[in-house]
Amino acid sequence: MLTAPVIVIASFAYVGLLFAIAYYGDKRADEGRSIIANPYIYALSLAVYCTSWTFYGSVGRAATSGIGFLPIYLGPTLMAALWWYVMLRVIRISKQNRITSIADFIASRYGKSQTLGGLVTVIAVVGIIPYIALQLKAISNTFFIVLQYPEIAMPDKHAAPLFLGDNTFYIAMLLAAFTILFGTRHLDATERHEGLVAAIAFESMVKLLAFIAVGLFVTFGLYNGFGDIFERAGKVAQLSGLLTLGGEGGSYAAWASLMFLSMAAIMFLPRQFQLTVVENVDERHLNKAIWLFPLYLFAINIFVLPIAFGGLLRFPGGSVDADTFVLTLPIAEQRPWLALFAFIGGLSAATGMVIVETIALSTMVCNDLVMPVLLRMKALRLTERRDLSGLLLAIRRGAIVLILVLGYLYFYLAGEAYALVAIGLISFSAVAQFAPAIIGGIFWRGGTRTGAVCGLAAGFGVWIYTLLLPSFAKSGWLPITFLSHGLLGAELLRPQQLFGLDGLDPISHCLFWSMLANIGCYVGVSLIKGPGAAEHGQATIFVDALKHSAAAPGSRFWRGSASVNDLQLLVGRFLGPERARDAFAAYARTRGAKSIEALAGDADLVHYAESLLAGAIGSASARVMVASAVEEEPLGLDEVINIIDEASQVLAYSRQLELKSRELEAATNELRGANQRLQELDRLKDDFISTVTHELRTPLTSIRAFSEILNDNPRLDDAQRAKFLGIIIKESERLTRLINQVLDLAKIESGNAEWHTSEIDLREVVEDSITAVSQLLKEGNIEIEMNLPPQAPAILADRDRLLQVMLNLLSNAAKFCDQPGGRIAVSLAQHGHYLRVDVSDNGAGISEADQAIIFEKFRQAGDTLTQKPKGSGLGLAISRQIISHFGGRLWVRSNPGEGATFSFTVPAQPGSAAWTAEADWSPATVVGPRAP
Amino acid sequence: MIRPSVKGQRLVALFLLGLLLLNYPLLNLFANTNHILGIPLLYAYVFAVWALLIGLMALVVERRKD
Repeated sequence: MLTAPVIVIASFAYVGLLFAIAYYGDKRADEGRSIIANPYIYALSLAVYCTSWTFYGSVGRAATSGIGFLPIYLGPTLMAALWWYVMLRVIRISKQNRITSIADFIASRYGKSQTLGGLVTVIAVVGIIPYIALQLKAISNTFFIVLQYPEIAMPDKHAAPLFLGDNTFYIAMLLAAFTILFGTRHLDATERHEGLVAAIAFESMVKLLAFIAVGLFVTFGLYNGFGDIFERAGKVAQLSGLLTLGGEGGSYAAWASLMFLSMAAIMFLPRQFQLTVVENVDERHLNKAIWLFPLYLFAINIFVLPIAFGGLLRFPGGSVDADTFVLTLPIAEQRPWLALFAFIGGLSAATGMVIVETIALSTMVCNDLVMPVLLRMKALRLTERRDLSGLLLAIRRGAIVLILVLGYLYFYLAGEAYALVAIGLISFSAVAQFAPAIIGGIFWRGGTRTGAVCGLAAGFGVWIYTLLLPSFAKSGWLPITFLSHGLLGAELLRPQQLFGLDGLDPISHCLFWSMLANIGCYVGVSLIKGPGAAEHGQATIFVDALKHSAAAPGSRFWRGSASVNDLQLLVGRFLGPERARDAFAAYARTRGAKSIEALAGDADLVHYAESLLAGAIGSASARVMVASAVEEEPLGLDEVINIIDEASQVLAYSRQLELKSRELEAATNELRGANQRLQELDRLKDDFISTVTHELRTPLTSIRAFSEILNDNPRLDDAQRAKFLGIIIKESERLTRLINQVLDLAKIESGNAEWHTSEIDLREVVEDSITAVSQLLKEGNIEIEMNLPPQAPAILADRDRLLQVMLNLLSNAAKFCDQPGGRIAVSLAQHGHYLRVDVSDNGAGISEADQAIIFEKFRQAGDTLTQKPKGSGLGLAISRQIISHFGGRLWVRSNPGEGATFSFTVPAQPGSAAWTAEADWSPATVVGPRAP
Repeated sequence: MIRPSVKGQRLVALFLLGLLLLNYPLLNLFANTNHILGIPLLYAYVFAVWALLIGLMALVVERRKD
C-alpha cells in the first residue's frame, strides 16, 4: 500500500501544509497580528537543531556506542543555562546594530570588516555542506527504504550516476525550489520570516510526535517497557558493552569533545543564529526558551536507546543499517501508517534544516561575499544602478541552488563512508571555529580584526586538513596513504594523528588542534597590535551592549556630511522607494521632525540609513554604499579617544559650570547693590552741584547788582557809594570764603587734602582760637568762659585745621547765642584716651530734627527761606570731616530753649598715658564721613 | 531587560553543576553494569541528572522574585 505515488503525494502534501502555515504566518505578520510572538513558538522553532541526525542518526550512533550519542543534546542543555548572559547579549547587540547573520555579527564587531565577513561566509558554507549532504542522504535512503515496503532492503552503495540519473539530485533540486519559495519572495530589511518560523515550529512538533510514536511502539508494543529491552540486550554478549561507557562505548574524551562541539553548534550554526537571534521577536521569550528547549531535547531522546536496542535485537548481524531503525522497525512489524508517519517525520526534520540553513547561508553569501566584491568592481558601476533589489534576490536564489548542488556533490563523493552522525560532527567542528572570535568579541575589548582573521583562518585550515580531506580520503577520492602516512609521506603530518598526537578519536583530535591554532592566533595577534579606531568603537558598543539599552543619539563614531535626500534615494534603491520613504518618515516622527525634509543629515541619520541597508545587503556592504553617498572623513584613533575623553570631560565641566553659575548669581547681586549705591551717589552729586551753584550765585548776584547800580549811577553820593562798595567787598569775601570752603571740603572728602600733622598743645589752640574771635565777641557783647586744665597731653594733629574747627564752633556759638546777653562756655578735659572740647552757647537751642541736619552740607538750622542764611552751611560739615580725620568725633547736645553744646574729641597721642588701639591714626586711611 | 543577576548567577551555577555531574570523573562512578529498576545505572543516572537540571533551570527562570 505504500507505493511510490502514495509516498510522493504524502510528501508533497506535507510540504504544501508547511507552505500554507508559512503563508498564513506571513499574512498575519503583515497585518500586525503575529502568530509567532509567543515564547512557546519561539522555543519550538529552536528545535530545528534536531535534524535527520536526531531522527535517524542518534539511533544509529547509539547502536554502536550506547549512550555516546547523548552529549550532542547535553551540551545545548548546559549552554542554554548560559544563554542568560551570552545569548541575551548577542540578541541585544544584533538588534541594536541590525545584524542579520553570523557573518554580519563578526564583521560588525571587528570594525565592519568585509574581509572578515567574507571569510566567515566561506567557512560557514564549506562547513555546512557536509551537514546538508547528510540530510540528503537521509531523505534519499529512507525514501528508498519505505518504497520497499513490506520488504526490508538497504539502498545500494552508491551506484547511481552523478546528477541527472540520481534521485538524490532531484531531491536536492526540489529542496532548492522549496527554499527559494520559502525565503526569497522579497527582501526584508530585518531579514525576518515570520511564516518560516511558524512552519518550523509546526514541523518540530511533527518530528517529535513521529519519533515518540515509534518509540512508544517499540518500547511498549514490541517489548514490555524499558526494563525489558535493556534486560534482553544485556543478555546478548556483544551488546552488553554498550550499556556503559569506556572502551567500546566511546571514551570520555569523545564525550567531552562532543559536549563542547554541541555547545558551540547551538550558538553558531547559521540556522540557530537565524532563529534564536534574527527571528527573535521579544527578548523575554529567551527566558522560557532556556528550559523549554532542553525539555524538547529530553523528550525526543528518551526513546533513542530503546529503539536502538530493539533494532539490534530485531536485526542481529548488522544487515540493517542502524541509522534506519526508526523506519525499518515499523516496516518489519507491518505497520504501514506508522512507517509513513516515521518517514514524514524524518522528511520534516531534514527539510526544516535544509530550508533554514540554506536561507541563512544564502543571505550571508549575498551580503558578505558577493555584494562587497561586486560593489568594488567599478566597471559594473553598481552604485549608480537605480534598483538593486532584483539583483540581490537573484544572487540569493543562485546561492541557494549552488549550496544544494555542493551538498549533493559531497554526498556523492563522501557520503557513503560515514554514518550520519559522523558527517554531522564534521560540520560541527567547522562551526566551532567561530567560537573564539564571537565569544572574544562579546567579552573582550582587545580582540582585533587581524586577530580574528588569523584565528579563523588557522582554525579553518586545521579543520580542512584534519577532517575534511580525510573524509574524501576515506571515500576513495584521495589516496588512502594521505591518512596512513601523512602529507608527502611525512609521518608527523598524518592528518588524524597530527604531530604524533595519538589516541584521540578524529573529532576530538581535530577539536584540539583547531582550537589551539584558532585561539592561539586570535589572542596572540590581537595582543601584538591593539584595536584600531573604528574597531575600538565597535568593541565598546559590543562589550558594553547591556549597559545602554539604546545608543544615545549623537554618540556615533562618525563625522561627515550627508543630504537627507541622497540617503533616502540610496535606501530606496535597495528596499524600494516606498519602503524607504515610510522608514524615513517613521524616523522623522521619532525624532520630532515635522517631515523628512526637516531632518538633519547628521551622524544618527546616516547610521539609521546604514542599518536599514544592512538588513538588505549586510553591514559591510551598507557601509560602502553609504560612504559613496556621503562625504566621510575618516576618524583617527586619536579622535575617537578624544571623543570619549570629551564625554568624560563634559561631565566634569558641567559640575564646574554649576559652581560658576552660582558664583555668577552672587556677583550679580553684588553688582546690583553697587549699582544702586552708585545711583544714590550720583543723585547726591547732582544735589551737591545744584546746591553749590545756587550758593555761589547768591553772592554773585548781589555783587553784580550793586556793581551795576554803581555803574549806572555815577552821581551817587560818597556815603552811599562807600556803603555799596562795602557790600560788594563783603559779598566778594563771602564768595571767596564759600569757594574756599567747598574746595576744602572736596579735598578732604577725596583724601587729597594736605595735612600738616605735628605735636600740638590743644590748650594752646583753644586759647588762640578764643583770642581770634575776641573782637567778634566784644562786638556782640558776648561773654566767654574758659575752663581749661593747666596741663593737657599733646596730640598729633594739624594745627591750622584744629584752629579752623574751633573758629567754626566759636563763630557758630557767637551767631546763635542770645542777643543780647550771650554767653559762651569753652572747656577742655581729658576723658580716658581722649581729649574733649566743649563749646556751649545759651542761644535758642537746636531741635532734634535739626541736630541731624546741621552737619550736612549746605544745611543750616532753621528755615533758609524765611531767615537770611548766616554762613555757608558748610562749616560743620568740614569740621566733622576734620575731626573724623584725626580719629575723633564731633556732635551736638541741645534742648530747644536751653542753648546748644558742641563737643569734639581727639585721641591723645600714642605713647602718652593711655592710648586706644581703636583709633586708626594713620591719616591716609580715614575715608568719608563717619556717622556718630 | 536584565532582571536581577541572581537568576543569571544561579543559571551559571547550574551550568557548572551540569558540567561536573555529566563528565569524567563523576560519570565514571556510574559506569558499571548495575541496574536500577531494570534500567542500566548509567542511563538512569544521566537521564535523571538531565531531567533534574532542566527542572532546576525552569525553577530558576520561572520563579517570581522572592
